[in-house]
Amino acid sequence: MIMINMFEVNETNRMINQENLDVRTITIGINLIDCIDSDLNRLNQKIYNKITTVAKDLVTVGNDIEKDFGIPIVNKRISVTPIALIGSAACTCPKDYVTIAKTLDKAAKVVGVNFIGGYSALVSKGMTKEEENLIRSIPEALAVTEHVCSSINVGSSKSGINMDAVRLMGEIVLQTAEHTKERDSLGCAKLVIFCNAPDDNPFMAGAFHGVTEADAVINVGVSGPGVVKTALEKVRGESFEVLCETIKKTAFKVTRVGQLVAKEASKRLNIPFGIIDLSLAPTPAIGDSVADILVEIGLEYAGAPGTTAALALLNDQVKKGGVMASSYVGGLSGAFIPVSEDQGMIDAVVAGALTLEKLEAMTCVCSVGLDMIAIPGDTKATTISGIIADEMAIGMINQKTTAVRIIPVIDKEVGDTVEFGGLLGYAPVMPVNKFSCDNFIQRTGRIPAPIHSFKN
Amino acid sequence: MKRAIITVIGKDTVGIIGKVCTYLAEQNVNIVDITQTLLGEYFNMMLITNIEESKRNIQELNLDLEVLGKEIGVIIKCQHEDIFNKMHRI
Repeated sequence: MIMINMFEVNETNRMINQENLDVRTITIGINLIDCIDSDLNRLNQKIYNKITTVAKDLVTVGNDIEKDFGIPIVNKRISVTPIALIGSAACTCPKDYVTIAKTLDKAAKVVGVNFIGGYSALVSKGMTKEEENLIRSIPEALAVTEHVCSSINVGSSKSGINMDAVRLMGEIVLQTAEHTKERDSLGCAKLVIFCNAPDDNPFMAGAFHGVTEADAVINVGVSGPGVVKTALEKVRGESFEVLCETIKKTAFKVTRVGQLVAKEASKRLNIPFGIIDLSLAPTPAIGDSVADILVEIGLEYAGAPGTTAALALLNDQVKKGGVMASSYVGGLSGAFIPVSEDQGMIDAVVAGALTLEKLEAMTCVCSVGLDMIAIPGDTKATTISGIIADEMAIGMINQKTTAVRIIPVIDKEVGDTVEFGGLLGYAPVMPVNKFSCDNFIQRTGRIPAPIHSFKN
Repeated sequence: MKRAIITVIGKDTVGIIGKVCTYLAEQNVNIVDITQTLLGEYFNMMLITNIEESKRNIQELNLDLEVLGKEIGVIIKCQHEDIFNKMHRI
């Protein structure tokens, strides 16, 4: 191998020190199926023991890798098997499920992670009584815990959309907002509704450890919007070919760091490596914004005409560059477009450039969906269900993951600002289409699987 | 061979290389390669070192060098070489 040169070393360190290159998260997925018990106390004890045993060294190892390589690893997290399954033999009412949420919270605190995901149910085709109990427990569970994240999969390209679950989730989102109204309805920032939820997503709030996974696995989410933005500053006015090549090369470099960290964490923790999630995940920090990349590509603000096309090319080049840099790719992989967690997106909303409808269009071509969007607290449950249904339909028909993490902020209206703090950032409350979809949402049952799902 | 890359960046002054190399010699760290340039009055140096026989591990070296850097008025970092190899070599 040709020895590394000073130019390359400086480039890497500039990315880290000036352009916010970091590894966004090391997430350990932990299987809890072997904890299942019909006695609720025993179940909680087993869950606590398993998590605190498997993940006991996660934070120390993460910190060591950070120091050895000089690369920040921002979050260390845990995802677990969907709790609706794990609790189904022991939980007879929503309150019973809340005890498991508290156990997860306690375990997260003890091992020192900032979030634990998997307070989840997969109900894309139908919902058991137990899964419904878990869903009905969410408002309380997210109000009485600090670190627990919840996600519900209500649709898939293979099985259609469970509209009964969509209707219920509209109400649950509102109740969650109500339960945490003294904290700007923060509970909703920890609740995601999915179509085609991936089993190996390391990013919160939607991470859970799928039932197809091994007993424990390491998944890593990379980031680096600032690095892409800086690289693109050097190719202003150049052709699309040059633009796309630059994004690809940068995504490759960013992802290689993730691959290194993932392999190293896997070795040191003696837990198999699962996947790298090739993502551009923004934070509210200046210079860590996906919207700023869109601006650098040539838009006045994110949301201007051309935004969907610019995002589509960005998302695709990130994947093309990243895929070769990692041995296994999975999770959500692509550009994230949360509003509150991205200063450029916030600016675009405040300037009037970015609307809910444009965000919906953008979700057709990026990796997630309507993410961290604050809406007025008096929005009807059926309207929230309508927004969820639209997003799920985009995922179902386009065979991609889509998600909704929307926050109806109680007692706030359009023009107000909501402060979530930390990585969750702040958001201006955005207007919602006032026209009703009541009669649509009141229909029962499910939307059938799309025609292109019949591939057998 | 276990290699670490040491970078030194900051305002040029007398004795930077001497002080850094003396410290590394004390810790039994062998220098494999040195690259150094001046950009205006800014000093920029990269050392490729072998820390196989080092008395201190990479994290301890990093802490010591950070303190030494503060004394001299430059920023010194010590990182495992793999982060650079992985990013820049296929």
